[in-house]
Amino acid sequence: MYTQALNNLDLNEDGAVDPREARFMARVDAEERIEPNDFMPEGYRKTLVRQIAQHAHSEIIGMLPEGNWITRAPSLRRKAALIAKVQDEGGHGLYLYCAAETLGKSREEMMDELVEGRAKYSSIFNYPTLTWADIGMIGWLVDGAAIMNQIPLCRCSYGPYARAMIRICKEESFHQRQGYEQIMTLAAGTPEQKAMAQDALDRWWWPSIMMFGPPDAASIHSAKSMAWKIKRFTNDELRQKFIDATVPQAHRIGLEIPDPDLRFDEESGHWVIGEIDWDEFNRVLAGDGPCNADRVATRKAAQESGAWVREAALAHAEKRARRDAAEAKAAA
Amino acid sequence: MSTLVLSSPSPHLNYLLRLADDQLILGHRLSEWTGHAPMLEEDIALANIALDHIGAARSLYDRASEIHGEGLTEDDYAYRRDARAYLNCLLVERPNGDFAHTIVRQLFYSAFALPLWEALTRSADETLAAIAAKSEKEARYHVRHSGDWFIRLGDGTDESRARMEAAIASLWPYTGELFEADAVVTGLVGEGIAADPAAIEPLWRETVAAAFEEAGLAMPIARGAQTGGRSGRHTEHLGFILADLQYLQRAYPGASW
Repeated sequence: MYTQALNNLDLNEDGAVDPREARFMARVDAEERIEPNDFMPEGYRKTLVRQIAQHAHSEIIGMLPEGNWITRAPSLRRKAALIAKVQDEGGHGLYLYCAAETLGKSREEMMDELVEGRAKYSSIFNYPTLTWADIGMIGWLVDGAAIMNQIPLCRCSYGPYARAMIRICKEESFHQRQGYEQIMTLAAGTPEQKAMAQDALDRWWWPSIMMFGPPDAASIHSAKSMAWKIKRFTNDELRQKFIDATVPQAHRIGLEIPDPDLRFDEESGHWVIGEIDWDEFNRVLAGDGPCNADRVATRKAAQESGAWVREAALAHAEKRARRDAAEAKAAA
Repeated sequence: MSTLVLSSPSPHLNYLLRLADDQLILGHRLSEWTGHAPMLEEDIALANIALDHIGAARSLYDRASEIHGEGLTEDDYAYRRDARAYLNCLLVERPNGDFAHTIVRQLFYSAFALPLWEALTRSADETLAAIAAKSEKEARYHVRHSGDWFIRLGDGTDESRARMEAAIASLWPYTGELFEADAVVTGLVGEGIAADPAAIEPLWRETVAAAFEEAGLAMPIARGAQTGGRSGRHTEHLGFILADLQYLQRAYPGASW
């Protein structure tokens, strides 16, 4: 691990290794947490800002596909659970923007990048929620995949991110169980409900698998992130863990995974899936998925139509501060 | 499962449904904001308030079911009644509009709900009293949240002030209905079950007037005259709310979700 890490050291102008950098790597290797005021290599800072901001954006954009069904949820219990879930996501977004801000980038700046379409967020949220079953599927598969990705982040080398993830993971695993229970109810319901669940699985399975990112061979950020202990497992390792956990869950409730090549490999003890359509993944990531334009436009509309509210709050705070100062002066 | 028709409901059931429908419809309206608020903190706050209202609605429907004695569930009341059987006040079904409309509607309603729940903690219906005790705490938070925004927006920029004036003008006519006392209410006040609207109105006025004053906005003088919700005569908005809210239950009758 250390030799691999050494390859990542930034060199000074004269080609010498910055001694602070060696100390930083030694701390990372010793599993110490890096905190906001500590020295960190520019590359580490940039990687983290990018990853945490994308993570925060995913929470915010992720409110939309689920929010789409709040008014139509089929029972008051489901409606309340869905509102609470989307509210949690807003909260996760807040924690994560705060974590990113400790690295020196403002939330406003990140928001602007998001609404101007310059920031990335999880590809999964560019798929539409077409039926109620999609809401359960997002809980079960999407949150399930998110948990696989996020549990190792609880041990990430950057303290504020790791701590945010500990809080977030607790809520996410609750959402995941809730989602699975919702799908279980549909699978055990009327034939129409079961068909609704199967149709949702058919549409969400592959996009969920893609949430783990490109295959290891094509992942540009992987090696450094692993050395810096931002990442603990590779994309493909996490993807396999998710598949192994999820396939039996689907079978248990009588749903079929939409993959004719799916098979259990006795030798390795893993489920083996067919080809992932990486062209689709790249298309969605590049902005050409079914909902990319709608998602960004909706976020932008909220941002723009709320501008007068934020301006009013600011103006009022200034007026109040002036009045308080004047009163204090008069009293003195 | 067909449309639920309540033939001559008892005053007690009627009153519980009025309370519950207010909560459900306002909660529903607020939940429409989720993901679209002016800032992340408000997405969270509005969802939070929506949840409080929907939670109260669920408890009240439960109580209604006990009184009713026909084994109906909260979802039967929420998903199987048509607009003419819904008994919420008109104020809560008004559209969200801009953030000013939502805030004004919320303050007008919450300033009414707070003394209402406070009074209902002494209801002879002990279950209702317990629901009121929980809801009173939540309403206190709702008044603070919407009151703070009422002041911020009224005493903010020229634009926010103009938007507040427009929202007040459009929602004030629906405030009078909150204090109506028909035979249902009067009878139940006599039995110690319902709260007396005549005692709530001055408390409401006090809260609202203080917010107007601090926001530097003019409070309308005339009593709001729009009415009808308590007898199922709604604005044209409720039908759309219910079409949205009830669609799955109506499309797949008898399924459980």
